Amino acid sequence: MRYLTARKRAIGKGAAHSGTEHHWYMIVSAVGLALIVPTFLYIFGSTLGGTREEVIATLGHPAVAILFGLVLFVGLEHFRKGARTMIEDYSDGLTRKVLIISVTVLSYGLTATGLFAVAKIAI
Amino acid sequence: MVQLTLPKNSRMVTGKTWPKPEGATNLRKFSIYRWSPDDGQNPRVDTYFVDMDDCGPMVLDALIKIKTDIDPTLSFRRSCREGICGSCSMNIGGINTLACIYGMDEVKGDVKIYPLPHMPVVRDLITDLTHFYAQHASIMPWLETETNEPAKEWKQSIEDREKLDGLYECVMCACCSTACPSYWWNGDRYLGPAALLHAYRWIIDSRDEATGERLDDLEDPFKLYRCHTIMNCTKTCPKGLNPAKAIANIKKMMVERAV
Repeated sequence: MRYLTARKRAIGKGAAHSGTEHHWYMIVSAVGLALIVPTFLYIFGSTLGGTREEVIATLGHPAVAILFGLVLFVGLEHFRKGARTMIEDYSDGLTRKVLIISVTVLSYGLTATGLFAVAKIAI
Repeated sequence: MVQLTLPKNSRMVTGKTWPKPEGATNLRKFSIYRWSPDDGQNPRVDTYFVDMDDCGPMVLDALIKIKTDIDPTLSFRRSCREGICGSCSMNIGGINTLACIYGMDEVKGDVKIYPLPHMPVVRDLITDLTHFYAQHASIMPWLETETNEPAKEWKQSIEDREKLDGLYECVMCACCSTACPSYWWNGDRYLGPAALLHAYRWIIDSRDEATGERLDDLEDPFKLYRCHTIMNCTKTCPKGLNPAKAIANIKKMMVERAV
């Protein structure tokens, strides 16, 4: 039991003065992903069933490698920020902090691994 | 934080079925949530039968009829009975609305009445709106000015006054906020659609000089950005207002001053 006034509970710790950048990034990245993901899926789909040399040749093209890199980076950043919002919605306390750290590690790890793979094929 | 199950002492049990009025031929069945803090019992759902030939057309008429003729212990808030005071907000047939302007012909089958969802219950259909009102007060719902007060009045053009339409009509009934899942899960920090609609009403007011401070106070991942445009607020508003649009406009103003 804490004897806090309703006013103090409502105001809490004030405003964090952040959130707009996150909101704007999600809008911009969503538009960007709507443009590049279909192209990514088309190219990725066209490589399915090909020989290793054919696939390497396709993915080794600079434009394709850049596209794949962008999909990985922008997509996983979008995922990281979206997943963070979801975690903040549904959990709190220590669970919230652990989940946010886990998602951050996972998305940065996947981004680094993916970019390394793309670079290795392309260069 | 999300809660998917009710605590043990909040689980509802079947309550009393009150006798049907004698001689009535046009009966309507009402299932109403009952809970008293005094008896230590779990909430229950009591069943009442109301003679529609001897009752007004609105759900509030039936509630008053039940309280007057059948069960005087039934508790609910009501005042103006014309959708102006916002007192009789409750969940009727799964929809948060005002009992005084919700016709019984709008409900199919039995009329099920519960308190506003996800709010602490004081008794029966009465919920504790203390935090909701404190959140409203926190957005400074008054005109803030620095300029010396004019001799006669703060003037406003017709066009600027029209921007307040669809905002000033809000009666703070809490139907929208208590229909919002984000408010259910994070209502301690998220201001909710009603407080944000009121915040926008003052942000957009041409006479107000604290627009920047108001936006500063709202820029927070929880206070404002917990709104995920679910739109339950707009769908349920008994006054036909659009809190989701007001929130979207606040976000737009936030982006405009940042980008």
